Amino acid sequence: MASDSEEDFVSYGVPLEPLEEDEPRKKPVPLHDQTVKDEKGRFQRFHGAFTGGFSAGYFNTVGTKEGWAPSTFVSSREQKSEKQNARPEDFMDEEDFGEHGIAPSQISTSQEFTSSRRDKTRETARAVNAQSALIPGDTTLKQLIAPTRSSVGVELLRRMGWREGQGVGPRVKRKPRRQLTDGSLLPPAGSEESDDDDEFAPENVTFAPKDVTPVDFRPRLGVQGLGYRGLDPGRALQGRAAPDHIDLFRPQSEARSRLFGGAERGARRGGVAGQAFGIGALEDDDDEEVYHRDSMSRYDTVLGGEEPGDGLYGWTAPQQYTKKRDKSKDAAYLGKILEGFTLAQKTQELKTIFPPPSLPRDFRPVHRFRPAVDVSHLSGVSPALAQALRASRGHMVTEELQQGGRHQLDSGQRRALLGEDALQGPSSVLELLKPEDRERLLSLRASAGVLPPNPTPPTFSHDALRPPAAGGGLQQEALTAWRGAQASNQTFKPFDKNPSKQARYELYVNRLKQGDKDGLEQSLDPGMTEWERSRERDEFVRASILYRPSSSFLSSRFTRAKSGEEEEKEEGVEVSKDHEVVVDDQQAAVNMKMFGKLTRETFEWHPDKLLCKRFNIPDPYPGSGFVGLHKVKRDKFSVFNFLTVTESRDSAAPPKPPDLGRRSRWDVSQQKKEEQKQSDPLTELLSAARNQTESRADLTSGTERRPAETEAERKSEDPDEKKAGGEEEEEEQEEESRLPLDLFKAIFASSSDESSSSSEEETNEEEQEGREEPEVKAETQLFNISSFSSSITSSITPSITSSITSSTSSQQQHASSQSVKQEEEEFGPKLPPPAALVRGRASREEKGSQRSKDKKHKDKKQHKHKKEKKKKKGKKQKHKEKRKEDSDEDTVSTQELLRRLKNVKSRETW
Amino acid sequence: MSFPEPRPQAPQLPQHLLRSIDCQQGAVRAVRFNADGNYLLSCGSDKSLKLWSVSRGTLLKTYSGHGYEVLDADGSYDNSQLCSCSSDKTLILWDVATGQVTRKLRGHAGKVNCVQFNEEASVIFSGSLDGSVRCWDTRSRRFEPIQILDEARDSVSSLKVAQHELLTGCVDGRVRRYDLRMGQLHVDFISSPITCVCFSQDGQCTLSSSLDSTVRLLDKSTGEMLGEYTGHKMKGYKLDCCLSSKDTHVLSCSEDGHVYCWDLVEGSLTLKLPVGKAVVQSLSFHPTETRLLTAMEGRVQVWGAEPEEEGDGDAMAM
Repeated sequence: MASDSEEDFVSYGVPLEPLEEDEPRKKPVPLHDQTVKDEKGRFQRFHGAFTGGFSAGYFNTVGTKEGWAPSTFVSSREQKSEKQNARPEDFMDEEDFGEHGIAPSQISTSQEFTSSRRDKTRETARAVNAQSALIPGDTTLKQLIAPTRSSVGVELLRRMGWREGQGVGPRVKRKPRRQLTDGSLLPPAGSEESDDDDEFAPENVTFAPKDVTPVDFRPRLGVQGLGYRGLDPGRALQGRAAPDHIDLFRPQSEARSRLFGGAERGARRGGVAGQAFGIGALEDDDDEEVYHRDSMSRYDTVLGGEEPGDGLYGWTAPQQYTKKRDKSKDAAYLGKILEGFTLAQKTQELKTIFPPPSLPRDFRPVHRFRPAVDVSHLSGVSPALAQALRASRGHMVTEELQQGGRHQLDSGQRRALLGEDALQGPSSVLELLKPEDRERLLSLRASAGVLPPNPTPPTFSHDALRPPAAGGGLQQEALTAWRGAQASNQTFKPFDKNPSKQARYELYVNRLKQGDKDGLEQSLDPGMTEWERSRERDEFVRASILYRPSSSFLSSRFTRAKSGEEEEKEEGVEVSKDHEVVVDDQQAAVNMKMFGKLTRETFEWHPDKLLCKRFNIPDPYPGSGFVGLHKVKRDKFSVFNFLTVTESRDSAAPPKPPDLGRRSRWDVSQQKKEEQKQSDPLTELLSAARNQTESRADLTSGTERRPAETEAERKSEDPDEKKAGGEEEEEEQEEESRLPLDLFKAIFASSSDESSSSSEEETNEEEQEGREEPEVKAETQLFNISSFSSSITSSITPSITSSITSSTSSQQQHASSQSVKQEEEEFGPKLPPPAALVRGRASREEKGSQRSKDKKHKDKKQHKHKKEKKKKKGKKQKHKEKRKEDSDEDTVSTQELLRRLKNVKSRETW
Repeated sequence: MSFPEPRPQAPQLPQHLLRSIDCQQGAVRAVRFNADGNYLLSCGSDKSLKLWSVSRGTLLKTYSGHGYEVLDADGSYDNSQLCSCSSDKTLILWDVATGQVTRKLRGHAGKVNCVQFNEEASVIFSGSLDGSVRCWDTRSRRFEPIQILDEARDSVSSLKVAQHELLTGCVDGRVRRYDLRMGQLHVDFISSPITCVCFSQDGQCTLSSSLDSTVRLLDKSTGEMLGEYTGHKMKGYKLDCCLSSKDTHVLSCSEDGHVYCWDLVEGSLTLKLPVGKAVVQSLSFHPTETRLLTAMEGRVQVWGAEPEEEGDGDAMAM
């Protein structure tokens, strides 16, 4: 038992300080200094020394040193006083919650886990088993923490009249004791009763059966031999002799009986005894066997010679129960059966479960039916071949397979499949009717919701749709979706497998495109049954909605590429209107140099928490976990910008007047015109200067004009840019809050020209159109100029590069070539060129300083265009430009072309 | 220092060329004073960043590690760290003494135009062609920015930090001021692409130069224009502007090879400093004294209010 190593121990308590030899002994604390303090160092006052009272509060009052303050009543309209439910805990202090307080709040063993109320039998069983354990008393530790809550079974048993300590089962009559075979009186378990009650065992009195000690089937773990027993504490204390008889089949029977309270027969002297121990020197009895000596007399010689008269059912249960298996006996405790339950008359027979049949080896769980071969259709095939085909897997009829199951076939197809002739006579009930009756019937049905009865002029906007019945609504939707769609759009064939059906569907679609509302009924096959037709009607409508042309499906989301101002005006997404007003107003304010309120926008912006921390400033919005701008930030060119088109239009409409022409602020010519119209001397001067430079460039540059090309270029480029501008504007608009209209009125009422006063021009469409025409003209002019400049650059750039290569300083050369490379991919305000390039350029300055400046010149517009070009325009555009340039000069590289393209753009703006 | 204390009389202007430094690093993209004005940083197009002594004009250290030309740089308040940004879309945080790369910050989608420490050098702000401003933490080992300010619609060309405010100039023609303390973003529409923005020394005004060859002084709180300075030429290049150390003058680079210097209040041109024939790309004003740095092509010029007696100031003048 003794453990060798220290770390196996668990130490409790505070160890004593190690004694030092030379240290003087501490003076004991005098009695009057031995005060009791609580954990906070306060003196513990004992009140009522005889009753063991304790102190609480302030001298056992609810007050404090300052006196007792009642809680103040606070209530307002916003903050109603909360109902105060005073609990006893509110009046306790921490001492009361402590370990020894009146309401300890610490973790302690609850009632269930305390050892006070233990299951007695289990306890004994455990004690018995502990005897056989290697270390006796091993299990007692477990008992300390074992929960002993009575289970449901125990509860039920109790209801049935069982009491603790009794066995389970019908009550039995006591049997007379029996003599053991070997003569010795081995008391059976539970012998205290039998010992005492033997004398009076009346016939009509039944006893509860004796309790059964559950057997703990635990594997033997030790290395000792069978039958080894360690030091028996019971015997060691009481000094019993070794048992007389060893029952190999019930090795613990005696010890058990002792634990059950078996009577002592003959007190022995004390002393430690056991198989592994000798006898102490003080033991006076010398004949006590020191070492275990076995004699055969202590063992049974006959197997099963003894009747297990005791209650140890655990060991001998089979025998006991087979003997006493009697229904009438069981019925003895009929009355004790729980309410609502009866004893079964027939014992339930065990259901024999037969194993499933074993599957044959080559069994496949999926079965495919062979398709029926239509032999009658195979003309010119010999009967033998037909037979073979029928037996075969039907390779020849795969097309019928593809059509799906037979439920997908209509009657005509089935008929064809079966080889029947078409029925003579009317195929529909309707045909039997008189024509006028049929008309009436159709109109009746139409009015019932399938079709709108009267051919109203087609007002096909979504908003104008009245909510019709479900089918009609779908049809209407399909109609609106398909109306006006190009025939080429229709590429998807939903009923490709069934050509006739597909043909009917296409007919229907075509009619839809023409806006024919009766198209559905007309395109259906009149030869089909009513049910088939209605089914097909549904299918067609659904398919037409599902596969409606994308133009209508996304028309609300996308704007088409426009080829001119007029088109842009008449259709397209009208999103950016009001936003452009804001930008235009800002632009106007900038032009008038009215910085301040007009050009200032303020948003709520949430810095990151960490950023505030790094700046040593408090978080301006401590509660919010949001970071950044509070407006929903949308992707610049996302489809979703357009998803809220209609609502934004509706909601944003009232406060501001509809705008004049929707121009983006990158629309240069417009701006220029505006500037020119304005009486601002500076801008006028500026624009005049620009015009001058442009015209000069016009003069100095070559003469070749390609109106057709520039026209094409304008057409192809413009919509893109417009669109890009519009989108961007639209996005910005979402972030900007519109200033009140009055403000704008106040500002712009004074300015005489019409272009800047947004409030005056309400919805003057004609004026708008009139204004936009000169703009187009101006633009063509601009593009002409740009084409010149491109030709200029094409002539200039090679010479520059050559000058670079001829430069002497190798380092400078390196740097400059690098910067040239850099220039090609630069966006935004560029960096100035390094020395060599400038020098080279300067040398050519007398030749065309204006031109070189133009070449290098980049500005905002150019930048914007470049960016947009990069993002929006695909390679197509570039290729087009390239082609154009190639006609000029075949040797220039793509990058060179790109650069030139940028220059073209730059020219366009100034 | 060799300069006398500023006198109560009329403010002086840096009109005397003290020295011209050939940086030997290609075109100098930006030139910057350090925090105390004793040193200067030159960002070269040959991917190097160089540290010079202003008073002697000697090269102190070369920092190489960028993959493309260096576009902007800034020094921390304690001169222990440098940060630089480059066309290779990265920022590098340098250790000044060893010249080692402390950290290389990637994340921008385009070339990084401008970079700036905050006052405590705990955050680096960088503005890029990709239209975003990123706030990088220098104290943690995180490689992601603390916050990305993507309000700009276009390339962020310039950026300044003062106390708790961040000022950005963008090619979309807007000057944005992020007020961290108030949690607000103020956007001023200028219309023309902004090339450079500055705070005034007193922190009440913002200066912005744009490609319409105009420098505007705006009131910070209201956005009203206080002054407009024209005459120079800034139409295509990203050139710098700045305020003098006493907020008396507005200075701007010009494409015609001059530095223009206007009186802040009157708006009149007081000095047209001829630097050279090429474009004056960058300039930086001394934080306390009357001293100016300009960069043209591969050279950096140091200008002072009075000619230096002992130094051979114009030895390398062009």
